[in-house]
Amino acid sequence: MTLLGQFALWAGFILGLWSAGLAFLTRWQERPDVALTIRRGSYAVLVAMLVAAAALWKGIFSHDFNIEYVASYTSRNLPEYYLISAFWAGQKGSLLFWAVVLAIFGALAQWLTPPRFRDLLPYVAGITNLVAAFFISVMLFGEGGNPFERLAFTPPDGRGLNPQLQNPGMIAHPPMLYLGYISLTIPFAFAIAALLARKLDAGWIIAMRKWAIVSWIFLSVGITIGMWWAYLELGWGGVWAWDPVENASFHPWLTLTAFLHSVMIQEKRGMLKRWNMSLIIGTFLLSIFGTFITRSGVIASVHSFTQSSVGYFFLAFLLVTAILSFTLLYTRWESLTPDATLEAVASREAAFLFNNLALVGIAFSVLWGTLFPIISEAVRGVKLTVGPPFFERVNIPLGLFLLFLTGVGPLIAWRKASARNLQRQFIVPGATFALTLMAAAAFGLRGYTLMTIALAGFVLATIAQEFGRGIRARMSMHGENAVLALGRLMARNRRRYGGYIVHVGVVCYFVAAVGQGFKIKESHEMVPGESVTLASPFGHEVTFTFLGVSQYAQLNRQVSAATLEVSRGGTPLGTTVSEKRQHVDSFGQRTFEPSTEVGLISNLQEDLYVVYAGTPDGTERSRFEISIIPLVNWFWIGGVILLAGGLLAMWPGGPQIRTKRAVLDDAQAGYGVPLTGAEVGA
Amino acid sequence: MIDRRRFLALGAVALVPAVLRAQDEAPAVPVAPDADPLRDPFTVGRVRDSLTAMDSDAVIIALERRLRCTCGCTLDIYTCRTTDFTCTFSPALHKEIVALYTAGQTPEQIIATFVAREGESILMAPPAEGFNLTGYLLPGLLMAAGLLGLTAWIMRRKAPGAVPTPAATGPTATRPDEDQLAELRRALDEVDA
Repeated sequence: MTLLGQFALWAGFILGLWSAGLAFLTRWQERPDVALTIRRGSYAVLVAMLVAAAALWKGIFSHDFNIEYVASYTSRNLPEYYLISAFWAGQKGSLLFWAVVLAIFGALAQWLTPPRFRDLLPYVAGITNLVAAFFISVMLFGEGGNPFERLAFTPPDGRGLNPQLQNPGMIAHPPMLYLGYISLTIPFAFAIAALLARKLDAGWIIAMRKWAIVSWIFLSVGITIGMWWAYLELGWGGVWAWDPVENASFHPWLTLTAFLHSVMIQEKRGMLKRWNMSLIIGTFLLSIFGTFITRSGVIASVHSFTQSSVGYFFLAFLLVTAILSFTLLYTRWESLTPDATLEAVASREAAFLFNNLALVGIAFSVLWGTLFPIISEAVRGVKLTVGPPFFERVNIPLGLFLLFLTGVGPLIAWRKASARNLQRQFIVPGATFALTLMAAAAFGLRGYTLMTIALAGFVLATIAQEFGRGIRARMSMHGENAVLALGRLMARNRRRYGGYIVHVGVVCYFVAAVGQGFKIKESHEMVPGESVTLASPFGHEVTFTFLGVSQYAQLNRQVSAATLEVSRGGTPLGTTVSEKRQHVDSFGQRTFEPSTEVGLISNLQEDLYVVYAGTPDGTERSRFEISIIPLVNWFWIGGVILLAGGLLAMWPGGPQIRTKRAVLDDAQAGYGVPLTGAEVGA
Repeated sequence: MIDRRRFLALGAVALVPAVLRAQDEAPAVPVAPDADPLRDPFTVGRVRDSLTAMDSDAVIIALERRLRCTCGCTLDIYTCRTTDFTCTFSPALHKEIVALYTAGQTPEQIIATFVAREGESILMAPPAEGFNLTGYLLPGLLMAAGLLGLTAWIMRRKAPGAVPTPAATGPTATRPDEDQLAELRRALDEVDA
């Protein structure tokens, strides 16, 4: 099977290059048959990549430990569901996973894009296949890149999967992030195709906007699941450590979020065309930059794969793509003149621009902090660590500015808001802000936490007002009841109201982040029957009573489980178990250092988080790290809300699709529907 | 009859498995009188030191949060020693900090001791001085410049005497004709039907 996999890699590489060559080097515009051949190249690359993936999976599931990758990341006693995730657990497998998913997305883009964009599709195929060929080339020619490399001998068992990766979160987190990164290739491909084909009207945006939302959803979900995994698996009670690789996933998310906002201005007003092109190119480049950071070892990170020459491939690809893309953009600069101009600072367009500034500013700030150790070493010859204190100091004010703009944007009319319009729109959110500020101050909040909670109130009031006005309008115009009016309101303008729901999710993240600042963590040593009591930041007391340690064998590990009984103010909350797991191979030999599983009792107010740290004397006398962490669940609730809003915004079908789709697409894109100031934005 | 040499050789052979078995066995660990011994204490990781008051001392914790663990984990010493129980660096660094602190050094002196030995990279965040100020200030300054620049740019466009750019080339500029409007209205009626 490895021979077949190797052959499939070569086939995919040659087919990808051939398809890209035809797209860029032939006059396919005059040859519909050649254009079709180029597009079919995407399907051919897909078939090759699926064969390669099947070959690797066959090796994994048949425990073919003669394959170096299989021996390094699996073992005979590894549960089957982790055999699936072993595919992307290591560098080689993740490269193949990337190429496979890119081939799937490339084929879907050809299949799902309406025929009216056929002038762009051969270029889109050429670009996606070229990127796929690049990833395949890393596997074929990069040191430590080939997933089908064989060993000179066959070990009786594999090394197994790192225990920290044996978690349900790790089945979903890497593929979700990869799907986000990889799907960014499609919007990028449409942008470059539009530049190459000189089709610089709103068409390319209509063709790719759902892909942009898809990428954004995958990135958002991937990042959130990563936070959840870090929280549950690493045992530190935090969700974000500002690690370079975490930051690398945040960069494209920020610039893509900026793009999803600014693209609305291009659709409605024909403005910001150059900016949008730059943003989507930059977002794609940042996704490759993230891959470079992960795989080069250039910056110390807990996430990094083994350092190898693979990083240089990505650096070269990043530089060449950046130069070619921005040169192409420069050559089309004059064709991207705006159709209208900004008329007032107090306008929706300006608010979106400021929002873009904040998002790109935060992206720059995070990138700057990530690269600052390298810059410092180059300039001063001094190595530095840039950890959470740096990022929090720099980014919290910028984040609060962004939260403020999240509330302001929907309140301001398009083109130019009158003083009356501003007064009418701001009175309720402004009053909510003031009330929340006073209430939070009365509860003892100060500084950034106080401002975050007050701004959260402001944004929620803005969103509630927007929904309320829309519902009331429908109720009076159509005589609908409130529930029906809400349903139809959202169904009629999914992007707008989906966006508002996303804003609610973002507010949840900010509120949860405030909770992290009030975390309490204590170390305690107990023998069975002993209790400790911690004071919650909310004022009540929580008592943890240690019941004892039980040891047993389970699946591929020996488990030592410490059980604690938890009560709040004398009321029992139940028991929680924190485990030490010593993983073993199928011969019973220990494979990795013991790992820790946290014990958790969770509610909307706070998480009671217990980590069994070990024993000082080989008895049940046990040491625990016990934390009370407020509001953590609001991260996950925010994630679900974010996902729901994103899905609503991109969901196909509905009235807009069933009737006169093209007309309404054009109307939505700003064709022939001039916006007329305050009444539109109201 | 077995001779003495043969007897000793057989005895040595018989002892080999016992010696090997003894080597495989774990070293004895002290057992506290008030807790039951674990069946296999080595499956719970390295034996931990007993907790002392200094392990939870607020000054020590604050100090350790400012210093990076040197094991390569990118965490601060406090987080590492209370999270990564396989790390041998952070407990040793913790002991060193406690020793310096109990010897009478102030937190700033302890920080200076570590920086002198390990370099600035031991700090979780670079000191806000000299070149490092660019790290702290540049994003904020660029953001402020962007805000001012953007505001000025928009204001300039609406300044008195300035001629608004006519929307000459794009589709937005062209008012739709009656047929287009009628088609749009029909579609919208259909949507609302």
